[in-house]
Amino acid sequence: MSSLVQTKTKNQSTFLIRFYGQLRTYQAHFKNYVIAFTSIAFWIVIWQGLAQFKINLGIVNFSNVPTPLDVIHALWAFFQLSTAFEHVESSVFRVVVGFVLAALIGVGIGLLAGRYQKLAAFLMPPLEVLRPIPAVAWIPLAILIFPSSEASMIFITFIGALFPILLNTVHGVGAVDPRLVASAKSLGASDLAIIYEVIIPGALPNIITGLSIGMGTCWFCLVTAEMISGQHGIGYFTWESFTLQNYSNIVVGMVLIGALGMFSSSLVRVIGNRFTPWYQLRKS
Amino acid sequence: MSITQGHVRIQNLSLHLGQAKNRFQALDRVNFEIQPGEFICLLGPSGCGKSTLLGALAGHLSISSGALTVDNESILEPHPDRGLVFQQHTLFPWKSVLENIAFGLKMKGIAKQKRIEQAKRMVDLVGLKGFEHKFPAELSGGMQQRVEIARVLINQPRILLMDEPFGALDAQTRLKMQMLLLEIWQEIQTSVLFITHDIDEALFLADRVLIMSHRPGRIIEEISLKFERPRDVDLVTSSEFTAIKKHCIQTLKEATQQEELSRLNPLGLGKKSQIKEYE
Repeated sequence: MSSLVQTKTKNQSTFLIRFYGQLRTYQAHFKNYVIAFTSIAFWIVIWQGLAQFKINLGIVNFSNVPTPLDVIHALWAFFQLSTAFEHVESSVFRVVVGFVLAALIGVGIGLLAGRYQKLAAFLMPPLEVLRPIPAVAWIPLAILIFPSSEASMIFITFIGALFPILLNTVHGVGAVDPRLVASAKSLGASDLAIIYEVIIPGALPNIITGLSIGMGTCWFCLVTAEMISGQHGIGYFTWESFTLQNYSNIVVGMVLIGALGMFSSSLVRVIGNRFTPWYQLRKS
Repeated sequence: MSITQGHVRIQNLSLHLGQAKNRFQALDRVNFEIQPGEFICLLGPSGCGKSTLLGALAGHLSISSGALTVDNESILEPHPDRGLVFQQHTLFPWKSVLENIAFGLKMKGIAKQKRIEQAKRMVDLVGLKGFEHKFPAELSGGMQQRVEIARVLINQPRILLMDEPFGALDAQTRLKMQMLLLEIWQEIQTSVLFITHDIDEALFLADRVLIMSHRPGRIIEEISLKFERPRDVDLVTSSEFTAIKKHCIQTLKEATQQEELSRLNPLGLGKKSQIKEYE
């Protein structure tokens, strides 16, 4: 009987320890959230002050900048628009298509270039030449090359995402421990098996990083892409607001792109982490 | 029961490493044989080319001259028949213990259920029951090496090539692993070439100990050990054991001295002095 009681208290205490441990991590998280929120709130207040009192510092002039309150009103108005959903939908469509294409091609070429040095010597130099060219510079050519403006817009987002995905994949493949490859060979793996059993899983954490950054740069290039033409899209909406001198809506477009970009980037990361539980283990 | 597989023959093996100017001879006319089922330990000072020899036997390094055969078949490339165990484990971090062990069978195209079944038997053999679904990062160093050994043994290799497999473990764990390895070896009876620079380890494990000289490595001594099996930890403190150990220490010392002498030879000079000559 006494032993039974003892085990029970022991279980209870371990439970309590675990409970408090959990609580402490929540508290730590909570603290971080409070700090993050305070920081953002602080800068919004500064912005409100600068814009509301139309501060003109000579070098920077805030007299034409909308206040955060104006932006919130405009944001509310944006979602009342009948075309609001279409704006978001067309942008998401362009980003997703551009991103998926960039992911397929970037990871594909990255795996080959990372694995076969001679192939890398052939494939990488032209890509290195293209890499520093900003998305904006591609607009005229994109219009000339692609028959539809939709295709040229997708191309611009594709270009934005391609390089981070490609380079991270190449780096990831290069970082795979050559001893793992040797071991796999010793265990009877064919060249193809080495690629999908060793190279791809080994490079996966880097590929996920590349995809996450690529998703961000996709949104980054969206305004550029949607400057081309069209009637819908958040980038288009932002650009149009500028030409119509509707300054609050510019910021609405910026906020929407920022939010969607952040959300989709972290979505890629969360999904990626699901596929690499072993890597999360190693990090902790 | 006599063992028929795992007869390894190394004839006049020389091997060079490095490129162009940095090229040097790592092995010099190495000759020896491993009988089927024999446990051989290769002792030598670090950098003498022990691991190079193992790499050549595994098929990862190409030889300059001589011949390497297992059961009269030339070694041309890596093969599951020759299982290689590294000092630092090379388990796939993204695979569970069971998946790591079953990898060789997967490469042979054996169905999932069947290979998992066999892998479970190997898990039992190396005493890792209950850890089947852990990732390598969740295991201790000793456990990782057990998985590594199990992963190689599932292919029923003709020879097990081990490159200081317990070198990175603490003394306690190392002893445990040595006992375990002997147990497993007695059960599966494969040939073993075990590389170490630890004399105690070599004498405790082996049927025969080969001692290698400094670079370029040659076999300079061969000692047959008649200690009874199964062996016990007490063996290490027996007078016979210490006598052989003394002899080994002496031989290794001499090997090192010879190397120091040869360093004075202009032909054996390092990279830097060569550059000076050309200036």
